Amino acid sequence: MLDFELSEEQRILRKQIRNFAEKEIGTVAAELDEKEEFSIELVRKMGEMGLFGMFVSEEYGGSNVGYVSYIIAVEEIARVDGSTAATIAAGNSLGIGPIYYFGNDAQKKRWLPKLCTGELLASFGLTEPNAGSDSQASKTTAVLDGAEWVINGSKIFITNSASDISGVCIVQAITGARPDGRKEVSCILVPNGTPGFKAVPMHKKLMWRSSNTGELYFEDCRVPKENLLGKRGDGFKQMMMTLDGGRLSIGAMGLGGAQGAFEAALKYSQERSQFGKPIGNFEANAFKLADAATALEAARLLMYKAAWLREQKKPFGHVAAMAKLYCSQIFKDIAYDAVQIHGGYGLMKEYAVERFFRDQRLLEIGEGTSEMQKIVIARGLGLDPIYK
Amino acid sequence: MNIVVLCKQVPDTESKIKLLGDNSNYDQEGIKWVLNVYDEYAVEEALKTREAGKAAKVTVLGLGPKRCEEALRTALAMGADDAIHVEDPALDGADAFAVAKALAGALKGVDYGVILCGKVAVDDDMGAVPQMLAELLGIAQVTVVSKVEIEGDTVKAYRDVEGGAKEIVQAKMPVLLAATKGLNEPRYASLPGIMKAKRKPLVKKTAADVGSSAAENKTKVAGWSLPAARLAGKVFKEGELADRVAQVVKLLREEAKAL
Ligand SMILES: Cc1cc2nc3c(=O)[nH]c(=O)nc-3n(C[C@H](O)[C@H](O)[C@H](O)COP(=O)(O)OP(=O)(O)OC[C@H]3O[C@@H](n4cnc5c(N)ncnc54)[C@H](O)[C@@H]3O)c2cc1C
Repeated sequence: MLDFELSEEQRILRKQIRNFAEKEIGTVAAELDEKEEFSIELVRKMGEMGLFGMFVSEEYGGSNVGYVSYIIAVEEIARVDGSTAATIAAGNSLGIGPIYYFGNDAQKKRWLPKLCTGELLASFGLTEPNAGSDSQASKTTAVLDGAEWVINGSKIFITNSASDISGVCIVQAITGARPDGRKEVSCILVPNGTPGFKAVPMHKKLMWRSSNTGELYFEDCRVPKENLLGKRGDGFKQMMMTLDGGRLSIGAMGLGGAQGAFEAALKYSQERSQFGKPIGNFEANAFKLADAATALEAARLLMYKAAWLREQKKPFGHVAAMAKLYCSQIFKDIAYDAVQIHGGYGLMKEYAVERFFRDQRLLEIGEGTSEMQKIVIARGLGLDPIYK
Repeated sequence: MNIVVLCKQVPDTESKIKLLGDNSNYDQEGIKWVLNVYDEYAVEEALKTREAGKAAKVTVLGLGPKRCEEALRTALAMGADDAIHVEDPALDGADAFAVAKALAGALKGVDYGVILCGKVAVDDDMGAVPQMLAELLGIAQVTVVSKVEIEGDTVKAYRDVEGGAKEIVQAKMPVLLAATKGLNEPRYASLPGIMKAKRKPLVKKTAADVGSSAAENKTKVAGWSLPAARLAGKVFKEGELADRVAQVVKLLREEAKAL
C-alpha cells in the first residue's frame, strides 16, 4: 500500500523548522556568507532546537526523530541556506553518526551528549590531498606504541573540523596490512587540541562560505588506545556505511536548495514586469518553472523513498546514491534557471538566488562526486565500471 | 494554579483562499493549517508563567474537526502538559456563541486560575469567543493584553489602547486574558518537544459532553464574497512632474475615491 501523507509529527516538525530557518537563519545567511563567517551562535540555537542528534536515542541526548524527519529537517534548512545545512548535515551524519553507530558506551557517553546540544561538533576525516574519490589511496597512518596510537599524515576539506567548538575528529588511518596484503584501515577518535593535531580553517571558498572547512595535520599525534572506533580494521567498512547515510543528507540539501531557488524564481517572475506583463507569463519563463516544479516533485519522491528504506532497515545505499545524484542535478538546473529568470539582478548578492547558484556547486562534488554515484548505481545493475 | 489556553487551528496566512461554488464557505481543500498566531502568544505566556513557578499545569483546549489535533499537538510540543479536543460533526458551522458555550462546557470540572487565548483568530477575524466565554463562565476578562503580571491570585494585565497608551487592569482569579502581539516572542517547538508531545494526553469530548452544538447558533453566515481582484497599477511617466502629481491626485479622488 502506498501512502504519500507525512505523519502529523512530521508536518509539525517541518512547520517549526521552516519558521526557525526563515527567522533565525534566513535573516543572517547572506551576511555570514559575505563575511565567510561560521556562526557558533547559530550552532547553539540549532542545538537548542534539537537539530543535532536527530537519529540518536534519547539516552545519549538525541531526539530520535527518524530518517524521514531528518531529511525534512535538512531540506528545510537548505531551502534557506546551504552553509548552515552543511553544518547540520555533516554534524549529524558524518560527525555524530559514526560515534553513535560504531562507538562503545564510554565513547558515546563522552561525546554524544555534548554533540547533541551543539556545544561541540565532531568531524569526519577521510579525504586527503592525494586521496579524494580514491579514498583507499590515503596515506595517514596510526601506529600502536604501547597504550597509544601515534598518528601521522594530513586531511583536507573536513567539514566542522576547525572551529572553536570542533571537539573531535574521526580520523581514518592505516593501522597495518591485512593478511591479503591490502591496507588495514581503522577509525580513531582524535580530540581537537591534542598535541600534534593542528586544524586550520580553509577560506576563500566559492560556496558554503559560512560552513567551517578545515585542513588537518597530524605530527606524532598521540591518543589513548581506547580511542579506536569499533574494531581495528573496520575503518573502511565504517567509512562506506557512513557515506551511504551521508548521501541522504547531501540529497536532502539538493532538494531543499532547489526548492528555495524555485520559490524565489516563482515569486520574482510574478513581481517583475517587462513589456507590460509579469515575466512569469512569458512561456519561456513559465516552462522553466513548470519543469522545475516537476523535477522537485520527482526528486522529493526519490529522496523520501531512500530515507524511508533506511528507516525500514532495508538496503538503501543504491537508492541513496540515486537520490544524491538526482537531487544535486536538479538543484544545479533549477539554480541556473532561477538566476536566468532574475536577469541581471540574479547575479547580485542582494538576491538569494546568487548564493543558491554558488552553493549548489558543491553537491555534485562532496561526499562522492556525481561520477562516483554513477559507479555505485551501475554496480547495483550488475555492471563493473572499471575505475582503477 | 493551572492555566487553560484556547487553541484554534486556522489557515496559514499564505494560503490562497477560494470560495465554494455556492459561496457558502471557503474551500478547505489544499489549505495549510496552523495554530492561530495570537494563540501562540497565549501558549508562550502560559509556559513562561509555569516556568516561573506561578502555575502548575498548562492545558490546551481546542474545538474543530480531526485536523485540529495538529494545532493542539503543536502547543503540546511547545511544552503544554495536556490537551482537550472538542470534536463532533454536530459542531460544524458553530458560531461564536455555540463555540463559547461548548468551550465553557468543556471546562466544567477543570480547575484553572487563568484562561489565556488569542484576542482574535486570524481566519474569520471575529474576536468574540473570549468575551462570550468569560461571560458564560462568570469570570473576569481582559482583552488585547500585551503584558501580564501575576502576584498570588491577582493578575495585572496591560491593555494596548489606540494611540500607544496602556490601560492597566487588575483582576482576581479566575480571569480570562486575550493576548495581542508584543506579549512575548513565542518559542519554536524543539524536536525533542515534538517527540514528547506524542506521548502527552489528549482527551476527546463530544458535543453531548460539552452541551453545545451548531443548533445553538445565534447567527447565520448568509454567504461569502472575496475582495475584487487588484487591478494593474498605473504609472505616470509623461509630462512635467507637477502635472503628473496633479493627475495622480485627480484619479485618487475621482477613480479610487481614496481622498
Ligand atoms: C566544502 C567541502 C567539504 C567537504 N567535507 C568533507 C568532509 O567533511 N570529510 C571528508 O572526508 N571529505 C570532505 N570533502 C571532500 C570531498 O568528499 C572530496 O572533495 C570529493 O570526494 C572529491 O575528491 P577530490 O576533490 O579529491 O576529487 P578527485 O577525486 O580528484 O576527482 C576529480 C574529478 O575526477 C573524477 N573522477 C575521479 N575518479 C574517477 C573515476 N574512477 N571515474 C570517473 N570519474 C572519476 C571525479 O568525479 C571528479 O570529477 C569536502 C569537500 C568540500 C569541497
